[in-house]
Amino acid sequence: MRLKLVPANTAWDFFKYARLTFGASVIAMVLSFAIWLAMGLNFGIDFLGGTTIRTESAQSVDVGAYRDAIQALELGDVAISEVFDPTFGPDRNVAQIRIQAQEGEEAITPETIRAVQDALRAIDPEMEFPLVESVGPKVSGELVWTAILAVGASLAAILIYIWLRFEWQFSVGAVVALIHDVLLTIGIFSLFQIRFDLATIAALLTIVGYSINDTVVIFDRLRENLIKYKKKALRDVMNLSVNETLSRTVMTSGTTLVALIALLILGGDVIRGFVFAITWGVVVGTYSSVFVAKNIVLILGTKRDWSKPDAGAGTQFGNVDA
Amino acid sequence: MLQIDLWKRLLIWGIVALGLLLALPNGFYNRVETYNDAAAAVERGANPSELQEELSLWPDWMPSGLVNLGLDLRGGAHLLAEVQVGDVYKARLEGMWPEVRDLLREERDRLGAIRLQDTENAELRVRMVERPEMAGEAAALVRGLARPVTSLTGAGATDIAVSSMGADVIVRLSEAEQRATDERTVRQALEIIRRRIDETGTREPTIQRQGAVRILIQVPGIGSAGELKALIGTTARLTFNPVVGRTSDPDADPGGRNVIYPSMDEEGTYYILEPTPVVTGEELTDAQPAFDQNGRPAVNFRFNPSGARKFGDYTAQNIGSPFAIVLDDEVISAPVIQDHIAGGSGIITGRFSVEESTQLAVLLRAGALPAELTFLEERTVGPELGQDSIDAGQTAALVALFAVLVLIILSYGLFGVFASVALLMNVFLIFGILSAIGATLTLPGIAGIVLTIGMAVDANVLVFERIREELKTAKGPARAIELGYEKALSAIVDANITTFIIAAILFTLGSGPVRGFAVTLGIGILTSVFTAIFVTRLLIVLWFERRRPKRIEV
Repeated sequence: MRLKLVPANTAWDFFKYARLTFGASVIAMVLSFAIWLAMGLNFGIDFLGGTTIRTESAQSVDVGAYRDAIQALELGDVAISEVFDPTFGPDRNVAQIRIQAQEGEEAITPETIRAVQDALRAIDPEMEFPLVESVGPKVSGELVWTAILAVGASLAAILIYIWLRFEWQFSVGAVVALIHDVLLTIGIFSLFQIRFDLATIAALLTIVGYSINDTVVIFDRLRENLIKYKKKALRDVMNLSVNETLSRTVMTSGTTLVALIALLILGGDVIRGFVFAITWGVVVGTYSSVFVAKNIVLILGTKRDWSKPDAGAGTQFGNVDA
Repeated sequence: MLQIDLWKRLLIWGIVALGLLLALPNGFYNRVETYNDAAAAVERGANPSELQEELSLWPDWMPSGLVNLGLDLRGGAHLLAEVQVGDVYKARLEGMWPEVRDLLREERDRLGAIRLQDTENAELRVRMVERPEMAGEAAALVRGLARPVTSLTGAGATDIAVSSMGADVIVRLSEAEQRATDERTVRQALEIIRRRIDETGTREPTIQRQGAVRILIQVPGIGSAGELKALIGTTARLTFNPVVGRTSDPDADPGGRNVIYPSMDEEGTYYILEPTPVVTGEELTDAQPAFDQNGRPAVNFRFNPSGARKFGDYTAQNIGSPFAIVLDDEVISAPVIQDHIAGGSGIITGRFSVEESTQLAVLLRAGALPAELTFLEERTVGPELGQDSIDAGQTAALVALFAVLVLIILSYGLFGVFASVALLMNVFLIFGILSAIGATLTLPGIAGIVLTIGMAVDANVLVFERIREELKTAKGPARAIELGYEKALSAIVDANITTFIIAAILFTLGSGPVRGFAVTLGIGILTSVFTAIFVTRLLIVLWFERRRPKRIEV
């Protein structure tokens, strides 16, 4: 008996509820954008500059007491949050303290860090500080630009690659789907105020990579079917292509999600934000491959005669032999 | 039909075996690490017989490359420093002053008296006190001192830019010379930092130049970034200056071009010193922590021959007057010269602790930094947190692997087993390549491997799904398998090239942990395509040849 995530032969009409699905995507994008504008992102020190200190104590975390202890040092804005993880026992209480970048200092001085640690050790003399990170405003300003540049460069590179391998309508469809994924991820990070740092950008790019992977597989089948069925309506060819690749789409997303969920639960709190972004992105990315990318191609239309000049475009790697 | 040449089979098995072999040392991490340390010690000239026990931990014909653990996994300190290259300009220009002065004084009849003006900027400002109208001419004369810049990019340019403004002649370093100076300064700083860290004997520090004027320093196993900063952030410029006088007023006018520096030990005491040192730390050949005759920590030092001569001559001529030992604009001590000090060695005493005298000796041995460093970024990771991350990552990876294997075997039966074997090989290959290229594994890198475990089956899934489809139409299983591979290939290639582009962009964007993620993701893509296209296929062909099934179920 085989496990079948998707029935063997599907002929579902993925455009039947196109208004609903595509509309939902548009609304989700607009909402994400609105939330992003309204609530902003909880930027980490990578982008804002400042210092984070992780504390570990056998006593339970008293955020108020921590705050009072640090406030006395007059370091400006201080954010304290308790960190939870299923692997922590009762005698392992972790908190994350963020201190804003100090006026006129590139990176925080060891004296300031020492002062903060001493103030906290007054609460619990056994307290440990396993992670201290400090980023100066100069570097953080540059990191913002590198991040924007990286996301932009990825989208541009994909736009060009898909354009070369397919048609421009496909590349627009793919990139719109990617923007959809990126926006929705930014939206959820903004909604739950999850820390947004350089690792999140790496996660965003990974989502872009995963989602494009998914989209390309469907596009590849679509191109093949367009050559095969010259007279069939574009919409039907698209439906056929999605149905034919559906079992693969679900299977690959399934294995990836299984792996990611294991990491999300067991991988520790240090990378939880990063893993969460990728997990969310895989779900959104799979959805957008099926419900967004091809809809754009349908709206834009595409050439129907794929047989003529570059019929070999899709099979030029086909003669690679094992 | 389903044929694979013998040499291709051997090649595929060979690559897989090589991957396994290269990955193997990571299974015995501590053992191999001890062995590697011992082997490195022998290379540096240690006696092999003393390290016999360590050396016998791992056979020396086996590969012993390990995946380096990043700071977030091993614990340690990370610093990003910027070299204040501008500091050097002023010193360079001041060094030119005697030459400029002599030149203009030779023409005194024509130009009249000149005077050097004090300025905050990196420039020499010479005023024509008597004949302001001669500034232009004087500038032309000074321009004659310019020398060609000795650097590749600055070819054809000269080292100084001379202009006149009112009654002043202004000498600045030219753009090309500034660039050449920056280059030298950063290289020198890099070298000094490396020497200082090597002196502490930590394992595998990373000291890298980043961009034009930045230096990235990562030292595993060090307790905090503050400690590291104290070691590399100190300029450690040691000079011996003649003392003009003592004062308790820091704002007193030192007179002439003299300088006023605070005393390190005595609060409120300041020394007025001549600006030009008799000897500097650059002429030291050795410095060692020691104790003075009263048993207090001190530092012994020795000059090189030219330093020893200068120091000897000076002490001979100035018996009875004090001289100051100055470290980074602070006077450590100002003893009175009792005697002619020949032989070029001496002792620095002050109120040191043992740690401070040891550190000072290290700093003096390694040499002074050519310019100050500012720190832009620092991170400290405790070793326990690193170990926790490794453990968590390991558990997560094993659970993920197991779950994925179960899922594909349930879905594809025997073919799922083939894919599972390929997936395991894939993980070994990733570790093998990481070890072979000496890549650094970070926590996000572990996430990258887990993600690859999930995604690696994709290529197999594409092929299997395709074979399923072809089985419906094609004639016989062999043909279906062949067509399945053939037709899935373009999707596999396109999908993986796009992901690979992303990994490449991530690699260029990222530093540290993010780069570690990009590396494992990129390698994972390559190995997953290899295992899916070649290894799984070979397994299927082997099975097919043996069984010759009439019909297959995928």
